[in-house]
Amino acid sequence: MKWLGAISAELKVGPFIEVVLGGLMAGVLYSLVALGFVLIYKASGVFNFAQGAMVLLAALAFARFSEVMPMPVAFLLAALLMVGAAFAIERLVLRHLVNQDGIILFLATFGITYFIEGLGPQLFGDNIYRIDLGMPKEPRIILESMFEGGILINLEDFIAAGIAAALVTFLAIFFQKTATGRALRAVADDHQAAQSVGIPLNRIWVIVWSVSGFVALVAGMIWGSKLGVQFSLVLIALKAIPVVILGGFTSVPGAIVGGLIIGVGEKIAEVYLGPIIGGGIENWFAYVLALAFLLFRPEGLFGERHIDRV
Amino acid sequence: MSANAMPLDANLHRREIGSVILALENISLAFGGVQALSDISFDVREHEILAIIGPNGAGKSSLLNVINGVYHPQQGTITFKGEKRHQMNPHKVASQGVARTFQNIALFKGMSVLDNLMTGRNLMMKTGILQQALYWGATQREELVHRARVEEIITFLEIESIRKTPVGRLPYGLQKRVELGRALAAEPTMLLLDEPMAGMNVEEKQDMCRFVLDVNEEFGTTIVLIEHDMGVVMDISDRVVVLDYGKKIGDGAPDDVRNNQAVIDAYLGVKH
Repeated sequence: MKWLGAISAELKVGPFIEVVLGGLMAGVLYSLVALGFVLIYKASGVFNFAQGAMVLLAALAFARFSEVMPMPVAFLLAALLMVGAAFAIERLVLRHLVNQDGIILFLATFGITYFIEGLGPQLFGDNIYRIDLGMPKEPRIILESMFEGGILINLEDFIAAGIAAALVTFLAIFFQKTATGRALRAVADDHQAAQSVGIPLNRIWVIVWSVSGFVALVAGMIWGSKLGVQFSLVLIALKAIPVVILGGFTSVPGAIVGGLIIGVGEKIAEVYLGPIIGGGIENWFAYVLALAFLLFRPEGLFGERHIDRV
Repeated sequence: MSANAMPLDANLHRREIGSVILALENISLAFGGVQALSDISFDVREHEILAIIGPNGAGKSSLLNVINGVYHPQQGTITFKGEKRHQMNPHKVASQGVARTFQNIALFKGMSVLDNLMTGRNLMMKTGILQQALYWGATQREELVHRARVEEIITFLEIESIRKTPVGRLPYGLQKRVELGRALAAEPTMLLLDEPMAGMNVEEKQDMCRFVLDVNEEFGTTIVLIEHDMGVVMDISDRVVVLDYGKKIGDGAPDDVRNNQAVIDAYLGVKH
């Protein structure tokens, strides 16, 4: 092990791993938000611009509820609120747009976004709120024997990654194995055909918006506990757009891998390119990467490639 | 290519034709200024094979969509299994035992043949979403029961070798067959087939005819089909309804319709 330490001291492997790990952890959080996008897109063919606003709403609700009640109750209530939001969105917006073009549904989600962005702070206040999930916050140094100075990690990030992984596994199985999952995929594929086999579109939409509301809640809680719940959560959620472009709109694994790549990519760029071309790379790196993907692989890493018969 | 050469025997129809299961009365449907259907009335009886024919744009598919609840007619009533309504609703119609296929195949292209057929049985699955989320106990047993039925349909339609293939990769003829399979998976009492044999070669048409007749005979399923191939229509149907410009111009046994002057005019054109 000594030789490894010697090499690492030379190449500064320790700091590099630290940067990568930091990137991965940020990436997990992007993935969580991206997952909400992918779920709705997979199940209804709608690109839901409101996912970021839903993260904000869920996080705000949870933060304010947990001020006055035990955390599990606050969690349940916030989850219920998201289910309620799903019902309202289906009843007031989607139901009237059955069999319409994707672009129309997409624009409808813009409306939903602005509505929620106004409603959330109206209901729950517009300060910065703290979420304390009781996760250990102090950084730790590990592998001190292998690298000089060891590697600085944050235990909170590891727990967040674990939660994200569990959630993704659960959703993947649910989509593949159950009748409801099959119905969700069927609706995504063809509204009319789904109706003809008796799949109730309305109920499926409520389910899928509820599930992505739940994912938004989990994402909002973890982001919130790191950065505090504030309006800028909406902007962070925008980062999920390059993630889904990278990973493919229809792929749950794509959302995960895309999030990790963007998380790591922007950290590495910031640390190693930053000194050369000036800082602030983190702010635009993800979008440039997405642009490159649009040029060379528009369906994303894991997306379905469409080949149309001519 | 006519299907007259097919080894089909009209005497195959041994099942009894029963009472009226679906009655359309004075159905009129317009899209803006275009009158798609005007004042159409006819009955469908239990266990029969009824063909709807007519030139392109005659309103055949619109009529099927009215029965299926995709289109809502402005006038007229639909009586299905004794219940009289002004319009149907696709989800409700499906749960009352009507299944259909589409003119331009509407399968779930990204899903496997097996999954496509399983969606046909979704209505029969009773376990709740939370139970399914745990995928445990009743849900798993239910899945197995339905899977077994779907396998029977796969065997019936002779598509065993493609059961795991994503539908989008299959050739056209097989896709049509899978679509029939998905409709059958719902164990319907009435089957609506929109041009089940369009674009098929002779061999594929023969197979499809055989399946349609077998379904009708073995399960007693009432079948309403739209078809352009006159050979097929004359061979397999018990009764034929003829549409032209949204109006019904003929209704009766294949032979009567064949000799009906209005029908001949519609197909061959007539000097005005």
